[in-house]
Amino acid sequence: MAEQLLEGKNVLVMGVANKRSIAWAIAVFLKKAGANLAFTYQSERFKDKVGRMAEGLEPGAPLFPCDVGIDAEIDALADALGKKWTKLDGLVHSLAFAKKEELSGMFAETSREGFLLAQEISAYSLVAVTKRLYPMFSEGGSIITLTFLGSQRVVPNYNVMGVAKASLEASVRYLANDLGPLGIRVNALSAGPIRTVSAKGVSDFNKMLDGMEEKNPLRRLVPAEEVAGSALFLLSDLSTAVTGNILYADGGYHIMGV
Amino acid sequence: MSVENKVKGIIADQLEVGIDKLTLDTTFEDIDADSLDIVELVMALEEEFDLEISDQEIENIKTVGDVVRYIESKV
Repeated sequence: MAEQLLEGKNVLVMGVANKRSIAWAIAVFLKKAGANLAFTYQSERFKDKVGRMAEGLEPGAPLFPCDVGIDAEIDALADALGKKWTKLDGLVHSLAFAKKEELSGMFAETSREGFLLAQEISAYSLVAVTKRLYPMFSEGGSIITLTFLGSQRVVPNYNVMGVAKASLEASVRYLANDLGPLGIRVNALSAGPIRTVSAKGVSDFNKMLDGMEEKNPLRRLVPAEEVAGSALFLLSDLSTAVTGNILYADGGYHIMGV
Repeated sequence: MSVENKVKGIIADQLEVGIDKLTLDTTFEDIDADSLDIVELVMALEEEFDLEISDQEIENIKTVGDVVRYIESKV
């Protein structure tokens, strides 16, 4: 059944940096479900690598540069995508950024610049991209973004990114209300901690995983490949009743007190 | 396989450089590795050798030899 869930659907995936990226695990899963995929990469540094990965998964998959910190690049993405595809059915927004020095020690020490940068790349980027791309969702569709429990609870060292994720989750709700009348759903997927290069930017990330297996209701850590299953649900017509939601794909960790 | 050869293999694979270009004195600067490359390398090493490399220890890694000596001290 998973083979047909996204048959004939066009999905843009933003946020692949390497094979460990959650965006990549999602792309692989969406491909299995029959989706047509397009990818963006953040800068020249990633062009060849992401290009090779995309080509391996789906030969000829459209590939566009898009630094979400630059409006002109988002405009160019929308134009270029419009020339490749007549409509868009899904968007995967799986990207964030904060300065490494803001991801350790006291949140109280956060700089103005670091705070704004985290907000801009990690939260506003969803708004900026949605603003340009929603007109392409001519038959409705689904937008998903990736978040983390650090938006709701204090996770040591996650700091400025937790606040940015809170902003991202609030943006999901406002976008969901705006776009609901157009049949476009907007949801966030809250994954547990996963070993990605971004996660490793959080000071003492390895320690965060310590003991988590025992504490998690499922008694194990949830890999990106499993988060991808929840992404497929949110992008497919199985979830047509769901919008403005934060879906926890974390093995149940968020329900625990201690 | 020796730790040295294993480490060189992982570095060559992760950073896409010829393994013959790597000596114990090769610095990561020499092979144009940026901070993201280093993080990817550390993650590959952690998985291959089943160990954890702390943030402080990463800061001390400058050459291929540093990695080899570090791994040898841990396994």
